[in-house]
Amino acid sequence: MLAVSFLLNISLGSISIPIKEIVNSLSGGQATKNSWEIILWSYRLPKAFVAILAGIGLSVSGLLMQTLFRNPLAGPDVLGLSSGASLGVAFVILGAGVVPASLSPFFLSSYGIVLASCIGSSLVLLAVLAVSQRIRDTMAILIVGLMFGSFTNAIISVLTYFSSAEELQKFTFWSLGSLGNQSWGNILILFICVFSGLILSAFCIKPLNALLLGEKYAKSLGINFSKIRLIIIIATSLLAGSITAFAGPIAFIGLAVPHIAKIIFQTSNHTTLFWGTLLLGAIILLLCDTIAQMPGNYFTLPINAITSIVGAPIVVWLLVRKRKFMI
Amino acid sequence: MESKKTILYSQDLQIGYASKKERNAVASDISITLDSGKLIALIGANGIGKSTLLRTLTGIQKPLSGELFLNGKAIFKYSAPEIAKQLSIVLTESLPPSNLTVFEVISLGRQPYTNWIGKLTDEDISKINEAMELTQIASLSDKKHYEISDGQLQKVLVARALAQDTPLIILDEPTTHLDLLHKVSLLKLLKKLASQTHKSILYSTHDLDLALQLSDEIIVMNAEKTVQDTPENLIKSGVLNSLFEDENIIFDQQKAKFIFKDL
Repeated sequence: MLAVSFLLNISLGSISIPIKEIVNSLSGGQATKNSWEIILWSYRLPKAFVAILAGIGLSVSGLLMQTLFRNPLAGPDVLGLSSGASLGVAFVILGAGVVPASLSPFFLSSYGIVLASCIGSSLVLLAVLAVSQRIRDTMAILIVGLMFGSFTNAIISVLTYFSSAEELQKFTFWSLGSLGNQSWGNILILFICVFSGLILSAFCIKPLNALLLGEKYAKSLGINFSKIRLIIIIATSLLAGSITAFAGPIAFIGLAVPHIAKIIFQTSNHTTLFWGTLLLGAIILLLCDTIAQMPGNYFTLPINAITSIVGAPIVVWLLVRKRKFMI
Repeated sequence: MESKKTILYSQDLQIGYASKKERNAVASDISITLDSGKLIALIGANGIGKSTLLRTLTGIQKPLSGELFLNGKAIFKYSAPEIAKQLSIVLTESLPPSNLTVFEVISLGRQPYTNWIGKLTDEDISKINEAMELTQIASLSDKKHYEISDGQLQKVLVARALAQDTPLIILDEPTTHLDLLHKVSLLKLLKKLASQTHKSILYSTHDLDLALQLSDEIIVMNAEKTVQDTPENLIKSGVLNSLFEDENIIFDQQKAKFIFKDL
């Protein structure tokens, strides 16, 4: 299934490349047309890899958050993580003029942006977590996440007001979000971040299962709750932060995919859900991206718009049948 | 028959809450002994400190003073994973919503013994099956935990604690949501489990009549003191009369029942 959507994704676009040619080129041969070769290797393939990494990372971070917050509507975008990451990036790009000239190359490099983005998202997550300790209400936590989102957006507007046209342009391009136009070097950084986030998440599978019984039972089973919470925060910030840094904010994947996995696999066992969410995340974002670059179109739609069109109805549907809501 | 063994033991325990400014003692001079093979009830009026005592006994909260030993070792010298192999709990609150099946709920009791990913070994599976047979819920194994009745769920949670394979099980008001029939059958089950598996089982309850009839020992928490004894001795001693700070509720020794005057 993943392989099929992967091939489909790199095959379809404003210029369709026959799947036979792709297989040929991927397995070391030459495609019939030279232009296909270029499109494939320098555009479609990197984009497909980013889609897979982003799909995996966002969905798994959503899964972790939904269990940690015991809130079926938690996700990196809903809880304001993506806004936090944007804020971090905004500080780096728009504030680059303020720091000494010797430091600004580092700030504007991929590393600087990833770092800022991860720090931004982890700060927001910590803030939401602090508030959620006081209020246990599902809806209240969502509203808090929303407020943090507006808050960070407001700060970004203030920042844009004081920044130069050039900086502003840079930031605007980033915030539109795109899976494409990434160098293989950037993809490697993204891969390392997502991979380490996934390893951390894998160590949370057992404690997350214990948390399904509630915090007290989990503690009675010998789970160190504050340690696990810290690991989950680091893992989700790493996942959501690095992906937002490269691909911009992508909505709904983190929220909707874990639910689709729960519905398909009919279980709450995180061993199954972890792998299910991981695969589904990759497949769904690849499909969304395929829709975004639909054949016949001479332009590519923003990926964020497609995920929202697909994701928003799913969330509404989940809210409607809330009685059967499962974490 | 295994010989009697002390699982948990406390001496002059003072429980309550301490902040930097002040110490707020809820109850003092608590000296209790929980032996293996015994079903022990904890009774007392609301607000007398039953929950605080249970929290202290499970190691969630530190005592203000006094000694508390679990299997011969001070309870605060245990690490969290170690204590999970010594005592298991059953709470009053309902489980958060999830898709867990009965089998999965019970298998989570094996977490202290499983590897980092939580894989169940053959031994784990046999412990889980044993726990389900002892509590007679094997037929529910594949049901989701929200599909079964309150009485069945309580048994499932007891089975989960059994699967955790600890010498001590502590239950917080396990009979609260049950009707009389299920209250009796749950307490009978607990009594059978205590004697069959040589575990020490402590439960808090407000069902005084049932506790008197179905427990091996009872811990009575009064405003003045905490007494532990067999139901027979407690009935004779008259300590039950002072359970409630209301002269109109008295304990009738002949009927072994609480009665109300001036109604």
